[in-house]
Amino acid sequence: MENTKKTYYPLENVLIKHFTEHAVEWEQSDPPEVTSQRKGAMDYFKEKGFPNLKMEKWRGTDLDAVYQEELTVFDEETPFDKKVDEIFECEVHGFHTRMISVLNGSFYSKEEAKLTVSPNGVIIGSLARAQKEYPEIFEKYYGKLPNHIEDGFKAINTAMARDGAFVYIPDGVELSGDTLQLIDILNKPNLAVNTRNLIVLGKNAKLSFLHCDDSVNHHAGLINTVSEIYLGENAELELYKLQNINDETALVNQVFIDQAANSHVKISMLTLNGGLIRNEVSDALNGEGASCDIRGLYLVDKEQHIDNHVSVLHNAPHCDSNQLFKGVLDNKATGVFNGFTYVKKDAQQTNAFQRNSNILLSDDARIDAMPHLEIYADDVKCGHGASVGQLDEEALFYLMQRGIPFADARMLLMYAFADDILKEVSIDALRITIEDMVKRRLRGELSICDRCVLHCSNPEQPIIFDIDLSKI
Amino acid sequence: MSDKKKENTALEEVTSGEYKYGFVTNIDSDQAPKGLSEDIIRYISEKKDEPDWLLEFRLKAYRHWLTMDEPSWAHISHPPINFQNIIYYSAPKQKKKLNSLDEVDPELLQTFDKLGISLEEQKHLAGVAVDAVIDSVSVKTTFQETLKKHDIIFCSFSEAVKNHPDLVKKYLGSVVPYTDNYFAALNSAVFSDGSFCYIPKGVRCPIELSTYFRINAANTGQFERTLIIADDESYVSYLEGCTAPMRDENQLHAAIVELIAHDNAEIKYSTVQNWYPGDKEGKGGIYNFVTKRGLCKGHHSKISWTQVETGSAITWKYPSCILRGDYSVGEFYSVAVTNNYQQADTGTKMLHIGKNTTSTIISKGISAGRSNNSYRGLVRVAKNAKNARNFSQCDSLLLGDKCGAHTFPYIKTGNPTAIVEHEATTSKISDDQLFYCQQRGIDMEKSIGLIVNGYAKEVLNKLPMEFAVEAQKLLAITLEGSVG
Repeated sequence: MENTKKTYYPLENVLIKHFTEHAVEWEQSDPPEVTSQRKGAMDYFKEKGFPNLKMEKWRGTDLDAVYQEELTVFDEETPFDKKVDEIFECEVHGFHTRMISVLNGSFYSKEEAKLTVSPNGVIIGSLARAQKEYPEIFEKYYGKLPNHIEDGFKAINTAMARDGAFVYIPDGVELSGDTLQLIDILNKPNLAVNTRNLIVLGKNAKLSFLHCDDSVNHHAGLINTVSEIYLGENAELELYKLQNINDETALVNQVFIDQAANSHVKISMLTLNGGLIRNEVSDALNGEGASCDIRGLYLVDKEQHIDNHVSVLHNAPHCDSNQLFKGVLDNKATGVFNGFTYVKKDAQQTNAFQRNSNILLSDDARIDAMPHLEIYADDVKCGHGASVGQLDEEALFYLMQRGIPFADARMLLMYAFADDILKEVSIDALRITIEDMVKRRLRGELSICDRCVLHCSNPEQPIIFDIDLSKI
Repeated sequence: MSDKKKENTALEEVTSGEYKYGFVTNIDSDQAPKGLSEDIIRYISEKKDEPDWLLEFRLKAYRHWLTMDEPSWAHISHPPINFQNIIYYSAPKQKKKLNSLDEVDPELLQTFDKLGISLEEQKHLAGVAVDAVIDSVSVKTTFQETLKKHDIIFCSFSEAVKNHPDLVKKYLGSVVPYTDNYFAALNSAVFSDGSFCYIPKGVRCPIELSTYFRINAANTGQFERTLIIADDESYVSYLEGCTAPMRDENQLHAAIVELIAHDNAEIKYSTVQNWYPGDKEGKGGIYNFVTKRGLCKGHHSKISWTQVETGSAITWKYPSCILRGDYSVGEFYSVAVTNNYQQADTGTKMLHIGKNTTSTIISKGISAGRSNNSYRGLVRVAKNAKNARNFSQCDSLLLGDKCGAHTFPYIKTGNPTAIVEHEATTSKISDDQLFYCQQRGIDMEKSIGLIVNGYAKEVLNKLPMEFAVEAQKLLAITLEGSVG
């Protein structure tokens, strides 16, 4: 067992100090339950600190460099001066989104738009406002998931996060037409931010949600996000996560999902760039007939590190789950995949599948794959697989034999490899944009855009794929 | 619905076989006092008349062990082990050195008869050379003459220390150092005996070598050590079997097996592990914490592990291969069956270090009753291990709704030319298969037996013939009860 922690990293000191200075002030505005949660989480953090390499769930992801930084804790709202579009310039052709944004950890908008309520009861806005104005919803859901202080990052987020996005879709409402887009951005140097998002879908509700993590400068930083997502019966959620942050920032992104009976979740996690990204998705299938399909694609190079932890908990019978993660690693990039499927006792008639495929392109790239299963029911069909390899030599030969140069053939195959994930993006305009981005990424043309990831410097210009497929 | 009921009854019967090796033999034994200390280690060393360097080795290991914590990462749970409540040395009393089999304690011979390895018979039938280890001490090694003809050394560990100290000194701890893990350190400190085997250059061992382990005395732990060295271009097939009497308290078995294969050598190591698994309420049984590792030292060397795990209350065992030589091959075939309250956390490690190395892992887990059965495996491809190839398949079969089947593979790849594949499935016996068998007039019970045996066939086929028969029977006893 771990001993009580005695020495702290600089960053831990900064965080603890900030908490100590502000705890009393926060206590006045927070409901008592939140206050006690913060205290409990802080006690845990003081004892254990940040996770380290020796912890089973953190093997292979070394954040030591981040812990050594004396980052500034930032949890203030940025006053509104420019329109979101002017900062982010986010544009996807033919793709209409309703955009909300979190800037440096706090909800960013005009004062009157901090929390909007539509006639059909949909509430969208800042979590801090929702806590004040809709305490009955806030208190019913906030911090109710069981594992919210499982490690140092979750604990510090629970202790210190004060704002983020809040989305509430009432029973029977479909947020039709537009996709809701949340942009999470850092535009100041050396920040450590803790963001908390709360998304609640009532019975039969439906939401399509795009969450972009971006950075708009090249300074180191740490983003620690926890998102809690609740789905009522028959609710449906499509969640897209697009990550394209600079090489200096560390992003720890944790998503907890609680699914009631017959609800459906589809997640696509697309990581195109990021210094150090840790994604954790924990999806609990708590009602009969619930299902989830979690897919991910990561294309990393240089010295980037990507860590995907996915756990699906089958707590009820007749649930289906599918995990499919694919990655291409180049240069000195390193990756970790840990898929975990848990089938509770008596969760019969479970179908659970898990697959992780990786392509290493260079001698220094490294991947650790850990597809784990833990099963306590007998009438189940569970499978998992993992593979690490190269592009298929024969396929490469086949293409080259037909006159396609090596570089193009290789690209074509990599693109085909990634397509399993891309084709599941059901919003056409978004899929086309992402496909283009992947093509450019694979050609090495898409490094970090200075602005939003979805912004193309010249959107009018079509992206031409080197090979004219019609002539093959 | 009645069919479902019938199936359940059949499953219940299938999964409720009794342990038939649970007898105790009344043999006087020489025992050390309970507990562990430097004095006990000195006592063991003195009893065995060991050279100083070995005592030093033990003491170093013991001092290191004191600094270590018991590992807690495995998917098993048990009350804390009181290491001071174990007798670390127990030997069947022998008045004088034995010259022939006739002088062996008749009780002892009967014990081996009951176990199905008649030492007497072995003398006459060509086949297997047996080194039998009771409690802590090797009691008899058969077939010495045949082996001598080929210059093969096969003897108890204590004899090897006396007669071949150079070899022992050179290889002891070279694959599993005493610092390796908690139980390896403990074993290195208190190991009492075991088997030693050396196959000289170019020799293909003409008979199967075998060790039979048995824990007999109460309150004892068994800590044996096996060391097998296959010199250039040699081949050996080695079998290991184990049983223990039924006792209410848990007994500890912490062994070390080290294999070394030089250029072009091949070692085939097969285990049928049938330690007492505890009764139906999970009382008693052996805690089996074993470190087994093979080093493919030379080029084109090959080490193959085959194991059938049916016994032990807890199994914690990861036979591994270090593929250091270029073109070396590692194989791991395993059937692990757990029933009642048994817990197994077993698997393998394949460490690809040399170039063009290949490894294969086939693991079949079968869980019944309230047992938990985990596969835990690591495939690591080092940065310079060009063209490494691994294929792993780990299937789990669940019989009953109260057991658990888990798979924890770890794949670490540091070379882009490596091809690593892992596949696993978990399921129960399919209704289609059962229907197919029954439709052809095979009753429910037999069908289940047939399907389970078929499921494990891939691994059982890898066992030497003598063992395959025994393993199939064992599978039948552990799972099938009265069913054939």
